[in-house]
Amino acid sequence: MLIRYILKRILIMIPTLLVTSALIFTVINLPEGDYFETLAAEMQAQGEKADMSRIEFLKKEYGFDRPPVERYVRWVAGLLQGDMGYSFEYQRPVREIVGDRLLLTMIVSFATIVFTWIVAFPIGIYSATHQYSWGDYGLTFIGLIGLAVPHFLLALVFMYFANIWFGTSIGGLVDPQYLNQPMSWAKFRSVLEHLWIPVIIIGAGGTAGMIRALRANLLDELQKQYYVTARAKGLPPGKALRKYPLRMSLNFFISDIGDILPSIVSGAEVVAIVLSLQTTGPLLIRALQSQDMYLAGSFLMFLSFLTVIGVLISDIALALLDPRIRLQGAPTK
Amino acid sequence: MTSGKHTVAGRRQTDIMDILRISDLRIGFTVHGLAREVVKGVSLRVPAGKTVALVGESGSGKSVISQAIMGLLPRAGAVTGGEILFREPLEPGTVVDIATLPPEGEGIRDLRGGRIGMIFQEPMSSLSPVHTIGNQIEEALLLHRPMPKPQARELIEAMLKRVGFKNPKRAFDHYSFELSGGLRQRAMLAMALICQPALLIADEPTTALDVTIQAQVLDLMRELQAEMGMAILLITHDLGVVANMADEVVVIFHGEIMERGPVEDIFRRPRHPYLKALLNASPHFDMQEGERLVALREARPRPAAAPAPKPAPDAAPLLSVRHLQKTYVTGSRSFFGKGSLSVVKAVDNVSFDIKRGECLGLVGESGCGKTTVSKIIMRAVTANAGEVIFDDGRERVDVLGLKGDALRAFRPRIQMIFQDPVSSLSPRMTVTNILREPLAIHDRGETQGQLDRVRALMQDVGLDTRFLNRYPHSFSGGQRQRIGIARALALDPDLIICDEPVSALDVSVQAQILNLLKDLQAERGLTFLFISHNLAVVNYMADRIAVMANGRIVELAPRHTLFTRPVHPYTKALLRSVPFADLDRKLDFKLVAPGGASDDSHWGEAFRIGSDASALAPVPLGEGHYVLARPNADVRELVS
Repeated sequence: MLIRYILKRILIMIPTLLVTSALIFTVINLPEGDYFETLAAEMQAQGEKADMSRIEFLKKEYGFDRPPVERYVRWVAGLLQGDMGYSFEYQRPVREIVGDRLLLTMIVSFATIVFTWIVAFPIGIYSATHQYSWGDYGLTFIGLIGLAVPHFLLALVFMYFANIWFGTSIGGLVDPQYLNQPMSWAKFRSVLEHLWIPVIIIGAGGTAGMIRALRANLLDELQKQYYVTARAKGLPPGKALRKYPLRMSLNFFISDIGDILPSIVSGAEVVAIVLSLQTTGPLLIRALQSQDMYLAGSFLMFLSFLTVIGVLISDIALALLDPRIRLQGAPTK
Repeated sequence: MTSGKHTVAGRRQTDIMDILRISDLRIGFTVHGLAREVVKGVSLRVPAGKTVALVGESGSGKSVISQAIMGLLPRAGAVTGGEILFREPLEPGTVVDIATLPPEGEGIRDLRGGRIGMIFQEPMSSLSPVHTIGNQIEEALLLHRPMPKPQARELIEAMLKRVGFKNPKRAFDHYSFELSGGLRQRAMLAMALICQPALLIADEPTTALDVTIQAQVLDLMRELQAEMGMAILLITHDLGVVANMADEVVVIFHGEIMERGPVEDIFRRPRHPYLKALLNASPHFDMQEGERLVALREARPRPAAAPAPKPAPDAAPLLSVRHLQKTYVTGSRSFFGKGSLSVVKAVDNVSFDIKRGECLGLVGESGCGKTTVSKIIMRAVTANAGEVIFDDGRERVDVLGLKGDALRAFRPRIQMIFQDPVSSLSPRMTVTNILREPLAIHDRGETQGQLDRVRALMQDVGLDTRFLNRYPHSFSGGQRQRIGIARALALDPDLIICDEPVSALDVSVQAQILNLLKDLQAERGLTFLFISHNLAVVNYMADRIAVMANGRIVELAPRHTLFTRPVHPYTKALLRSVPFADLDRKLDFKLVAPGGASDDSHWGEAFRIGSDASALAPVPLGEGHYVLARPNADVRELVS
């Protein structure tokens, strides 16, 4: 039953990804010209003489003289074989460029998610079980500030005070001295030293949102009759809360996994630029600006793939956790 | 207030001791800073092994008292005075004052579930949907009587078997949504009784169940009480249930006890006017032709409006339904292959007529297809086959064949009154908007004309026109239902479908609404299709009654005939299961259908579907009495 369900979901992923790839390809190709024309225009604007014959050669080399449909097919065929293409700007395969930054991105994002959960869970539960208390109001207020302040502003403020109070160097995830060093214990400690700033900044909004969502969900569940039943059995309040309403309100966390996976990889672009983090976010933005089409396209495709996988994981987890989804199957018509 | 325990030394053991004794209990609620007392000095007792019924309307404070006994008052509520003494029968002499125990402390938690069990009205929502039945019962058991799991499972399976699960081993691993309402309530009983409590609090335990299932669950509660010797505090507003279950009765009204005493005194010699009024407001089967229920508060003073002229008796029926068929496909639909699909016949070859000015009752248990029939007539659901002809004397309309504008123009002719007065009115619309909306949709008149019409409608249902700018939440259930009736009347329909219009209302309000519907029918010559599972209510309202089971109409007869000379075994089982508010006609629990009344294996040979469903046909028994049976069966044999 469950295996068939998973198979079915995996099969549905194929058309989803195909449509996504077509969309990405179309959108990236929509602006006039391509990377080489942008490059030539930039060089001319800077007064340099562009080697038109070389550009023509490159265009031919990368198949830009072919019709878009053919380029699309080639690109997708490459992706299927794990070839993400070649970045014109960096003159290196896309896989290498992204790979370099992926580790740092994942560290930042993962730490952010853990931070979000650790903070949001207790506060959400407290707010729901102490509805309309001063604690609830106070925490809600702080959460709303976190939600309302723009990330880049928070980033600037934090950078300033981190430097003044803790002497942490501005920008980046490591002290400049470790920048091109291989990973070592000292470098790792330096990363940890810097990590908390982006984690708090990126996590602020998400934490506030999650507190609100958890509070609302839990409040709904606390009204339910089965919670009264559980307490009528004589369960201690904490255990009754954990086993019944909290479990039910978890469903939305799990359906959230689908969004979490891609955000782990993409990194928060704007914050990363302000803090000049060596994550993938700024890379993607730069690639989109310069029409570095294989870098941008393949990276977006990678994110889409992770989204689809994330949704699959959350669907399977939901089916495991909630017997109503597992056993009732398709809705009756 | 350190401990509520104190020993009553030297007190002689009386024959029956009181498990629970509540004296001068006061409970207050603080909402938006305003304190309000909802229970005002209530005293009652529950003797060991006996059943005490706490009777009252919604809002009378009866559920709050049960919450206080369990220590489960909402945060806004608190006991402000009096005591709730619980006497442990296993250790005579110890008395606990529950009112003084901290609400989440260990003392009350030991009692809760361990010594005092509780079951609730909604078997649907009182079990967790994501834990198995066994898991939830086991939790209650292990909490109060720690033991190895295999042994616990054995006990639980024995208990599940005792409450009527045919296969307790499998039932242990079932989830609540896989069970029917009756089985869920049985599982709740198993959970409440697994620790062998001294007191069971049953808060409207059968209100949400069909009559036949209700009779089974009540029977089960009595049997278990006889076996385990626990006392029952039964909270209900159904006097029929009280007459059949209770040893003692306590009547509560607005947080005060009106009357209490042994059940004999209460029913044979009611003293307090409120109790008398309550008894007069419940419809029963012995009502004379034209007898009127006495509502506690009438919706409006009886108007002097002349009754509408009666149509000619030989006129064509207003609505005639023929061979209606509706099937649903359920089960999981797999991506490849078939999965486990099954076809359910919700409506199976249903035919009936409704004459102009008549009220046709449609009764049956939940899931029998009666609501589906109404939805097909309303064109909210599409039938697979069949015909619905609407004939108002001027033109014949094929209702199921209408499309587009023709359907739109036809819709005002049939309107609907719904069961739930809370969810059938939009909380974001004022009464004016609610009542005007149908007029606006169908472009009836100018703004001023519509507003005048809305005022007239309010007066018709006996509501003050000053309420027009209020929102539904500021009305009581009965008032809301009257708004729903006014909305149905707005477009001057010929036929009104009432889908369980009073089943969500208290007895006293129910009488008010039923009387209002009767008056409106007489004044305007309305035609009703009245759907209900409450036979007494249908008996009061309907001229003819159709009984539905498993998607078929099994018996159709004039009201009086159906109740005095029922023929079909299903109808008989239904009638046998109705609890009367009369001590001389107690339910014979042993006669109630064992496997559920709609299980046709208990029916006689002539009524069984067997292998060939088409072999059954409505057999006329004279005087408009039809029963679904094999045509070759001897009619006299059926009647006997």
